[in-house]
Amino acid sequence: MPDAVRVAGGQGFYGDTPDAVAGLLEEGTDYLCLEALAELTIAILQKDRQKDETRGFTRDLPAYLSAALPAVAAGRTRVITNAGGINPTAAARAAAATARDLGISGIRIATVLGDDLTARLDDLAATSALAHLETGAPFDALPAPPLLASAYLGARPIVEALARGADVVITGRCADAALFLAPLVHEHGWAWHDFDRLAAGVLVGHLLECSGQTAGGNLSRDWWTVPRPWDLPYPMADVGPDGAAVITKPRASGGRVSFDTVRHQLLYEVHDPARYLAPDVVADFTSARFDDLGDDRVRVTGVRGAPATDTYKLLLCHHAGWAGEARVAFSWPDAAEKATATAAIFSERVARAGLEVDEWCIELWGVDALGGPTVPDTGTEPPEVVARVAWRCHDQLTAGLVGREMVPLTLSAPPAGMTGMGRGAGRPTELLGIWPTLVEKSLVDPHVTVHVEEV
Amino acid sequence: VARLRLHELCGFRSGDKGDIANVALFADDAEIYATIVREVTAARVQEHFAAMVTGSVDRYEAPNVLALNFVMRGALGGGGPRSLRSDTLGKTLGGALVRLEIEVPAELAARRAPRPDVTWAVEMLERLPRVAPTSRLGRSSGRQGSA
Repeated sequence: MPDAVRVAGGQGFYGDTPDAVAGLLEEGTDYLCLEALAELTIAILQKDRQKDETRGFTRDLPAYLSAALPAVAAGRTRVITNAGGINPTAAARAAAATARDLGISGIRIATVLGDDLTARLDDLAATSALAHLETGAPFDALPAPPLLASAYLGARPIVEALARGADVVITGRCADAALFLAPLVHEHGWAWHDFDRLAAGVLVGHLLECSGQTAGGNLSRDWWTVPRPWDLPYPMADVGPDGAAVITKPRASGGRVSFDTVRHQLLYEVHDPARYLAPDVVADFTSARFDDLGDDRVRVTGVRGAPATDTYKLLLCHHAGWAGEARVAFSWPDAAEKATATAAIFSERVARAGLEVDEWCIELWGVDALGGPTVPDTGTEPPEVVARVAWRCHDQLTAGLVGREMVPLTLSAPPAGMTGMGRGAGRPTELLGIWPTLVEKSLVDPHVTVHVEEV
Repeated sequence: VARLRLHELCGFRSGDKGDIANVALFADDAEIYATIVREVTAARVQEHFAAMVTGSVDRYEAPNVLALNFVMRGALGGGGPRSLRSDTLGKTLGGALVRLEIEVPAELAARRAPRPDVTWAVEMLERLPRVAPTSRLGRSSGRQGSA
């Protein structure tokens, strides 16, 4: 495709593998976009930063940059990532250190700041409703003090960074697809009122942001036919000036890009597909036409867009108690009955110990733990069942003491149970509640800044 | 008119946003799409999930990819980082949805989902140094899937 820009998704979450980066760069990637922030990755990063002020970014960034910076230094690619988390400045320092370690100099690293509204939240609450986006509950109904508030910024500050010559752009929270839209706006000179093209860029970004999921990962229909799934490539797209795109993958690796793999990702974590709300545009995913060209290439055309809203999505999170979990496995005969009885015996021991549990979750793995009421009762007895019991308590100490009440059941419960610990390996884990809301762009944008530094 | 599980007719993918899960159903062809548009209403889906979903269910159509998208509120036990469930992120809810049985026109009655063949995986595992195997590896090949 003449004048096409190639964008690629090299990461789909914090903890993903950098293995796919080399393949994407070998085939010629103009912009390598690394999406590192799931909904509450920010909360994990905040715990990191509480322990150490130099943290707060996704710590696998240096591993990705080690794979990418040689190509950056050679002028063959640029990197855009939201790995900055809640500390893009520290992430930029880590990026500079990685460059130094590789003997690379003369590259420009940009940071985007202004998404973290935690310190401004009281001021914002004075003028904004900050009501819960789904329930409509008012801000003062927040169950616990907010631990953080981060706004999903759009592509504009990234475009500014690219225009100022950045080779590596590091943001905090921004809409995932904005990482991909920004280089397309920058290269093709799309106007901020050219909503059809902006929507095309958002759709491409949405298709690339979950790494392997567009190239044969998490595929429902014929997953076992995906070639060499242990060498799954991550996807890339060639996007023309008119917004028409071809979604594809590096040829040398396994995986598959087809109409089916692309449509699986199209609706992933989407609500109304005709109104996909991005910070820069409202995209209509139902207007797009997908043509499977064969040979792992799918053409996307015709995407329509409409003006964006006046608000950014703002995500607050708050402490929501402490959880523990235990598992006990039982074999035939009567595995499900033994598991049920054990859960009851355990809960009664907890009550008799005077330990207060605010909420229980009792699941029978092997019966209906995942499917719940959708699982029909076939009347056949399962050969083995795991009782998984999880609980929520007000405080960490209580959550830990509850777990200890399971230990004596090894010898004092229905026969032949095998106890094992679940989440947190027996240690309580902190639960976090999510409070999605909206904030006026005009209250956020004046505080968004872009810093570019040559290292 | 026959009855079939959605599994025989559709693919799926599900995911989370806060305490909201969405499940997308992908029809194998236009005829199946027309059938699921008629049969798989938001109310049917809400009834299918019963107490698992505490809020409303909305349905959206994406005819360009022969898909329906169900948005289920209160579906994740409070949302990923707050939920006590095994599946905090709703990844398995797609599979739970395609258990739903619907009425289909007679010409669709013989449709079946492709059955997995993991011979390649069994062969790979057989080459590993292992303790005495306990699993009947690959027994799912060609089996009529149970619910």
